[in-house]
Amino acid sequence: MKVGVVVFPGSNCDRDMYHVLTDVFKFNAEYFWHEKGLPKNIDAVILPGGFSYGDRLRSGAIAAHSPIIADVRKMAEKGIPILGVCNGFQILVEAGLLPGALLKNTSLNFMCGWTNLIVENNKTPFTNKLKLNQKIPIPIANGEGRYYVDNETLKKLKKNNQIVFRYSEIVNGSTDRIAGVCNESGNVVGMMPHPERAAESAINPIDNKPSSLIFESLLDTIGVTN
Amino acid sequence: MSLEPQELDDLTSKIGRKPTSTELQIVAAEWSEHCSYKSSKKHLKMLPMKGRLVISEKGYDSGVLDVGDGYVITAHIESHNHPSAVEPYGGAATGVGGVIRDILSAGTRPIAIFDGLRFGDIEKDLQARWLFKNAVTGIADYGNCLGIPTIGGEVEFDECYSNYALVDVAAIGFGKKKNLIKNHAKKGNIVVLLGGSTGRDGIGGSQFASDSLESENRSAVQIPDPFIEKLIIEAILEARDQHLINAMKDLGGGGLSCAVSETADALSIGIEMDVDKVHTRESDMSPEEIMVSESQERMLIVTTDEKLKKLQIICKKFRIACSVIGHVTTNNMMHVKKGKKTCANLPTDVVANAKLLDRPSKKPAYLETIEQEKKLKPVSDYSKMMLKFLASPNIASKIWVYGQYDHEVGIRTVVKPGKDASVLRLDNGKFLSAKIDGNPKHCYINPREGAIGCFEEACRNVVCTGAKPIGMLDHLQFGNPENPEIFWTFLESLKGLTDFAKYFEIPCVGGKVSLYNETPSGPIKPTPLIGILGLIEKTPISSQIISPGDSLMIIGDTKDEMGGSEYFEYIHKFIGGKCPVVNFKESKSNMNIVLELVKNELLKAAHDCSKGGLAVAISELCMTHKIGCKVSLDKVPGPKLDVDRVLFSESHSRYLLVFEKKNLKKLEDILKKDKISYSVLGKFGGENILFSKSSKPIIDLRVDKAQKTWFNSLRELVVHG
Repeated sequence: MKVGVVVFPGSNCDRDMYHVLTDVFKFNAEYFWHEKGLPKNIDAVILPGGFSYGDRLRSGAIAAHSPIIADVRKMAEKGIPILGVCNGFQILVEAGLLPGALLKNTSLNFMCGWTNLIVENNKTPFTNKLKLNQKIPIPIANGEGRYYVDNETLKKLKKNNQIVFRYSEIVNGSTDRIAGVCNESGNVVGMMPHPERAAESAINPIDNKPSSLIFESLLDTIGVTN
Repeated sequence: MSLEPQELDDLTSKIGRKPTSTELQIVAAEWSEHCSYKSSKKHLKMLPMKGRLVISEKGYDSGVLDVGDGYVITAHIESHNHPSAVEPYGGAATGVGGVIRDILSAGTRPIAIFDGLRFGDIEKDLQARWLFKNAVTGIADYGNCLGIPTIGGEVEFDECYSNYALVDVAAIGFGKKKNLIKNHAKKGNIVVLLGGSTGRDGIGGSQFASDSLESENRSAVQIPDPFIEKLIIEAILEARDQHLINAMKDLGGGGLSCAVSETADALSIGIEMDVDKVHTRESDMSPEEIMVSESQERMLIVTTDEKLKKLQIICKKFRIACSVIGHVTTNNMMHVKKGKKTCANLPTDVVANAKLLDRPSKKPAYLETIEQEKKLKPVSDYSKMMLKFLASPNIASKIWVYGQYDHEVGIRTVVKPGKDASVLRLDNGKFLSAKIDGNPKHCYINPREGAIGCFEEACRNVVCTGAKPIGMLDHLQFGNPENPEIFWTFLESLKGLTDFAKYFEIPCVGGKVSLYNETPSGPIKPTPLIGILGLIEKTPISSQIISPGDSLMIIGDTKDEMGGSEYFEYIHKFIGGKCPVVNFKESKSNMNIVLELVKNELLKAAHDCSKGGLAVAISELCMTHKIGCKVSLDKVPGPKLDVDRVLFSESHSRYLLVFEKKNLKKLEDILKKDKISYSVLGKFGGENILFSKSSKPIIDLRVDKAQKTWFNSLRELVVHG
């Protein structure tokens, strides 16, 4: 079982994600520079947060055209679990692997702080150990984190159970308080909050267990249990 | 933008000929106050720089402290006042960039940013509000993009900064001791310029910063590009891991002139370089412009021919430019050519060492009468006053500011911003606590005691997290040093800091002097800023919930020291009175006792008592923990004082401690042993913050109402005016 952590120029949560995957949850993880291809034996791919290409044009817009995205796309089609966090989510959206768009927060400011997520879909590879409606205390840190979809797409998302997380309160003006979504088959998940910043008790002043379950869900999915 | 007549004579006699125009520009940049410290350098030597944990190496732009187990932390502080006063977004952003590269040049990864911001009265002054808003966005956009958490700082508003801005940035790095760059160079080594292209931005920036701000010279402000900086950080750290760097220096004030001459001088070598080899943003730049441009995101690296190929591969990966601009010689000359033509050929020690000045000093006349108090109008309703006080820009929560900074990235932030000091976890299981503090209101009244107070306050803040102070950064910001009265305040502050540092054995690991901070209506108040680094060997004080029934204790005496207090200045609009004075002995025992209590796990929380006094400090505890408290002012230790003085005096060496009632005996045993002045003031519970004297309520506020006001007022003011 091997998890690929994709690194774009300007990624800045790659090392945090790698630390949590390897040191905390004992995954076998490897960094992949955006110009490289992904090997066939990868069991899951994570696109970490940051400011790929300095957020130029739009967050994630340039990275979505990186060579590695072609491989990510192939893996998505094969049903391999793929998670995009924060800028990773923005990239997946820009690449068309997830629906919707991420707009500037209604405050028009970068927002960093703790909030609560509500689990809306616990059938994905990253949420199968969580309970429906479970609360996850977690930090957000973004300037363009307001998830937007039109009404028609929203209906579709609801019908297909593609809304994975909602904020427990209005945080940034996201459509229907959506914080994370998945593709139709459920293997590609994107979320704005940072589970890697909430999975250890040392840095989570509230409760690190719910965020830990995101990583444990993946451990379970790709066939390794401690 | 030129040399003083006597400096020109000095240069001419030292080189024995008339300098060329390029030489003049190079020397003018390097001999500017900003780069040469010519007014302050003689005096700065008084600060203790050595210590058990201090590692000193030649040519470092940052201080290095050994934190054990093969790890080091690096720290540095800088300001970007002049640029931020004319272009707050770019000025503040490039201020972050510069200090980050200082950390990087030691070979350590930057892990935290702190910023201290000062502006005019934002309640009345729309320009101050504009400066504030844009400086915060500049810092946020730069630091957030780099993925380096901004975990602390302070914001203060005072009319003395009208039409001006102080933007101070401190940064901390972390790494393995064995990976530190040991700067060295020998003949034949090559000199490489890596990073952003050299353009016409920031031309003459260091001279601009070394003069009173008379015109808005926006072209002297550099343009920020955090994306390139991020790529440089990763590229340099990869190059460090592959041992490709012999010596390294950041390009900051004075641009190439400063980096080349100081590198050569520090390593006792010469450098020959060709301006045509420098990658530029524009094609027709003159040698002078190339040499003094302060374009950002550039690093100077000394390496060898063999290592260059590998360095180029790394640069290619990150798509950053990397030009070989020259090579190392042994003649101790800085030789600048354009193609075959020599533009400058100067001894490096001449360029890098301006003639130091011995400026006259004289006690300012205003100090003779400043300590006299005048009769103030009594406050009729302290509850009402307190609510207004909690909403005032200096007292209000700064969550609007730090909520725009990514303070979690890097997943080290154990104690988050908004507390006494922020705490980071280190890879060796220890913790680093850090805080910056300034207090121009106190320093204006008494430059010596005010500066000592800043030092002690920063120490108190890290002590409240359970950390022992191990190093200090100082940033001395004053007006025009050519004015003897201003220079006197500089010397007094410096002497005070030196005395405190020596008594507490806290070495100064880095610092900066910023002079000529003049506004259209005169000099700024003396604004020394102190950064303290504290180390926690085991665990920091854990964040615990304060429960009803928990007790509140104060350590230290509350004295009649109202001068420069927020209460006098904000409520009564009065500048004057005696400012708080630190008693060194008392300060030390109080500090040690709090550390002992934290270590023995007897405390639920410890909180420093400072700006706004006891009333604000206790309210802050209540508001952050969302719980009421009943406080008896009769029990406050110290001389008998009027009630407003007890509530709002800003006396130093005081700590508020929260503990479970059952631990009282254990606490008292320790406190009595050391003859500490302390008192249990009351207990937590209920929904009101209640201060009473002789059983009569003085202040009675609902916690939720107070908290709402305290949290939201700054945002309301900035966003909705």
